[in-house]
Amino acid sequence: MEKTIAAISTPLGMGGIGVIRISGEKAIQIADNVFRGISGKKLCEMKGYTAAYGKVYDNDEPLDEVVAVVFRNPHSYTGEDVVEISCHGGVYITSRVLRCILDNGASLAEPGEFTKRAFLNGKIDLTESEAVMDMISAKGKAAARSALGIREGKLRKNIDEVKNLLVDSAAHLSAWADYPEDDIPEVSNETLLNDLHAACSKLESLINSFETGKALKEGIDTLIVGKPNVGKSTLMNFLAGFDKSIVTEIPGTTRDIIQETVVLGNAVLLLSDTAGLRDTDNPIEKIGVERAKEKLNSCGLVLAVFDGSRMLDDDDINTIKLLGDTPSIAIINKSDLDLVLDINYIKTYINDIVYISASKGEGLDELISTVEKVTGTHNIDENAVMLSNERQRECTVNAVNSLKDGIAALENGFTLDAVTVSVEEAIQFLLELTGENVSEVVVHSVFSKFCVGK
Amino acid sequence: MSYFAGEFDVAVIGAGHAGIEACLASARLGCKTVVFTINLDAIGNCPCNPSIGGTAKGHLVREIDALGGEMGKTADECMLQMRMLNRGKGPAVHSLRAQIDRRKYSDTMKHKLELQENLEIHQAEIVSIKKNNNESWQLVTRMGAEYVCKAVIIATGTFLGGKIFIGDVSYESGPDGMFPAAFLGDSLKELGVSLRRFKTGTPARVLKSSIDFTDLEPQAGEDPVIPFSYETERPLLNKVLCHIGWTNNETKKIILDNIHRSPLYSGMIHGVGPRYCPSIEDKIVRFSERERHQLFIEPCGENTEEMYLQGMSSSLPEEVQLQFYHSIKGLEKAVVMRSAYAIEYDCADPLQMNNTLEFMDFPGLYGAGQFNGSSGYEEAAAQGLVAGVNAALKIKGKPAMILDRAGSYIGTLVDDLVTKGANDPYRMMTSRSEYRLILRQDNADVRLTPIGREIGLISEERYNRFLQKQELKKQELKRIRNKVIAPSDKVNNILVSRETSAISTGIRLVELIKRPQLSYEVLKDIDDDRPDLDPNIFEQIEIEIKYEGYIKKQLAQVEQMRRMESRTLPHDLDYRTIKNLRLEAQEKLNKVHPTNLGQASRISGVSPADISVLVIWLSK
Repeated sequence: MEKTIAAISTPLGMGGIGVIRISGEKAIQIADNVFRGISGKKLCEMKGYTAAYGKVYDNDEPLDEVVAVVFRNPHSYTGEDVVEISCHGGVYITSRVLRCILDNGASLAEPGEFTKRAFLNGKIDLTESEAVMDMISAKGKAAARSALGIREGKLRKNIDEVKNLLVDSAAHLSAWADYPEDDIPEVSNETLLNDLHAACSKLESLINSFETGKALKEGIDTLIVGKPNVGKSTLMNFLAGFDKSIVTEIPGTTRDIIQETVVLGNAVLLLSDTAGLRDTDNPIEKIGVERAKEKLNSCGLVLAVFDGSRMLDDDDINTIKLLGDTPSIAIINKSDLDLVLDINYIKTYINDIVYISASKGEGLDELISTVEKVTGTHNIDENAVMLSNERQRECTVNAVNSLKDGIAALENGFTLDAVTVSVEEAIQFLLELTGENVSEVVVHSVFSKFCVGK
Repeated sequence: MSYFAGEFDVAVIGAGHAGIEACLASARLGCKTVVFTINLDAIGNCPCNPSIGGTAKGHLVREIDALGGEMGKTADECMLQMRMLNRGKGPAVHSLRAQIDRRKYSDTMKHKLELQENLEIHQAEIVSIKKNNNESWQLVTRMGAEYVCKAVIIATGTFLGGKIFIGDVSYESGPDGMFPAAFLGDSLKELGVSLRRFKTGTPARVLKSSIDFTDLEPQAGEDPVIPFSYETERPLLNKVLCHIGWTNNETKKIILDNIHRSPLYSGMIHGVGPRYCPSIEDKIVRFSERERHQLFIEPCGENTEEMYLQGMSSSLPEEVQLQFYHSIKGLEKAVVMRSAYAIEYDCADPLQMNNTLEFMDFPGLYGAGQFNGSSGYEEAAAQGLVAGVNAALKIKGKPAMILDRAGSYIGTLVDDLVTKGANDPYRMMTSRSEYRLILRQDNADVRLTPIGREIGLISEERYNRFLQKQELKKQELKRIRNKVIAPSDKVNNILVSRETSAISTGIRLVELIKRPQLSYEVLKDIDDDRPDLDPNIFEQIEIEIKYEGYIKKQLAQVEQMRRMESRTLPHDLDYRTIKNLRLEAQEKLNKVHPTNLGQASRISGVSPADISVLVIWLSK
């Protein structure tokens, strides 16, 4: 028997409602242990697709007012019995409710386990389940649309185009090799090479899209830097919407890297607030500064914050010089005050400059459009096809490698059988990507396209 | 009235190419064997093309020989012309093909059967097959002779329910005017074997002296002749020419004007014909944009003037055939000695069998050749060998001989048949093997002779010669790895003339052989201490060196496949009990009953997701 699993199904700390999903044979029984309906009716007496209002109790302590929805197998997302409990959001309450459910016999679901069960119970197929996983974790709207695109088979269509090109080549090679005495047109090395290059570059651009897709989905590592007390934490809080960094008037209050996920238009930024960059003797602050410098080299975007109401000083200049090649945006904070900062000096190092007042909440639109521009997410074709997970990427990379072997064989004067096995291997990887059965595509194509045989 | 005629270990029904290998293997492995043929003169008959081998089929013949089968040796003995096809297209697709003297081939095979110890041959039609209570089988001939045997191999070719079509004329018949097997089909159906109808065809034979060869392009054999069998003593000699002709617009017009008279188009024939072996009317209709089609004129033997018209099979009425044959340049006055015909026959769905070619539901009953839905002499012989060996091994209580896809074309053929089935007569092609850089015709002995030895079809003497050859190969490989070629004008002239870079420091011989532009042959003048070895040794070494990277990759794929194959599935598993499998997959898996995950993954209709479900199910 499969164990009954439970997890919080909504993102932690966001929104007004948190949903806890329980799935498995004992889902309803476990939910009945913690839920007491206002009407007094037990969940096990309820039909599928019905809801009840009541409270969740930890023993006799009421935790929250909730709505419980019952789904009966197979008419649920996972195909098993499912209860979804909607409680009031917030990490504390939802975690307590979940803990209570786990105490009553459910096991904590692994990431993706609901979808895995849905797949195993035949509710969705493999590529669909991957798309669902992506949708769940898609943080920006472009990523969500791309995930929808996969569900609709766009990726499949794209891969099919490349696959068909390769099957045509392989069928021609095969007919030409298997029917040497039939009237099969010569295989032209040049045409073959062109086809392989074409297929290769299409697949390579798909692989590149994976990186963009990943940035869209998982976010861009973004560092907020600047000397102490220019308003980095205020900016962070302004973007994130609530207090996370400790904001004080004392320079050097932020001593560690604090992370927050922020959606700015199409771009998902994994924001890290850093300790102010300045020379310091305070050993704890020094560690914070060192870590920020380290992170500067590995992140994908830097928001360099300056105080527009003050003159540039050595710490500002040091900050600018630390940026190097990392894509950066200069954020001139405190735009509500008079501008005394030497903007022209900054401009020689940083192309994109945005004026904001973090404390007054001004300049967000400009910041969004600049971030989209710098991260290349401003002109994302929301309908473009993207590889969205490691499995798909791996299949595509393997296919490209096979094609490169084939191209190398052609260019180095190897016989066409070595090219053929490489092309067919690439086809197999693409079939694997789309989840098709290993099939006799090439053999079928030979007979439909060529007049062969005695 | 019936009478008891004898008790045997193995009975083989049919003495065509499948039946021959089956009964020889069984008898040679020490089983008391009987073979039945409707006509003794039908033993080893080649009712279609007078040739053996060809692309991928040549591989099969080499593999049959490497395992200890007979086809390669006999083809060598009866060869009229030999060619290595696909030279220049790469070692994976090199394939030997022999034009053979078909009458001599048949006589030679018949004689070999007659001389074989443990083997009895009977001209008889089997009309009934039954399972006895004690698990033995009972066969009854038309004359009422009853045979009791432990295993039965059905290799009925096109005889089973055979029906010939020429235009609107049709009659029950086996190939080449033989009697058909008229009753066995019903008996098999009664037993519970599911049968279906396939069809095939053959072109006309014309009198040589009536052909005008002036404008036909001659095609000669290749010298020196490379034999099929690793055992054949060289040299062999090419004796005949083939010729190439072309159809024209007139041919096309005659055929299209009369297409309604073809039994295929009028709906008289219900059998499924082979896609790769279309009749000329098929080709003209399906590829209507083509102005002309090629034909090969091949001699049928040394002591006959019959010529075979490859590419021109037809089931049109005889007078239409005469018209269109006469429209072809060179055949204007051709005297047609035998007309082209289509033949429809009963065969079994090979999905009913496992990879020893034994029916899963009928232990001791095997199928081979066209009966299993294949086509071609070579495909038949390969299956005959597999069925014959496995019937014998089972009776002897020994483990089965299961050849896998990574080890041979024979294994690929059997796996394809029992896993994917055959919706039209199955022909071997190099493109059916995913491991074709490993499964080459040159290394069939390395791949299979040790297996042939283990099962007992390779004599100690032959095996020692094989081991000796491997030793010589090892030494030669060592020699070329150690030998350093110093730069010199002579060396660099050769290199430059082959458009590869000259050398300025010493280089190992192996590195030169590796270059795609060079070969053993090209380098012979700068390799003075080269030993005089079997040319096959040089061939194997050269390919293995040049294609090392690609071969390694294929070997890695083989590893992966074998890992999948090592995960066995229970034989009696009812896949309907695994709820997470899709319905289509449940049905297909229940039909094929794959022995392992690898085989399951090759079944059409079973998706990778279904395989994941099986993996999870297995790990529970």
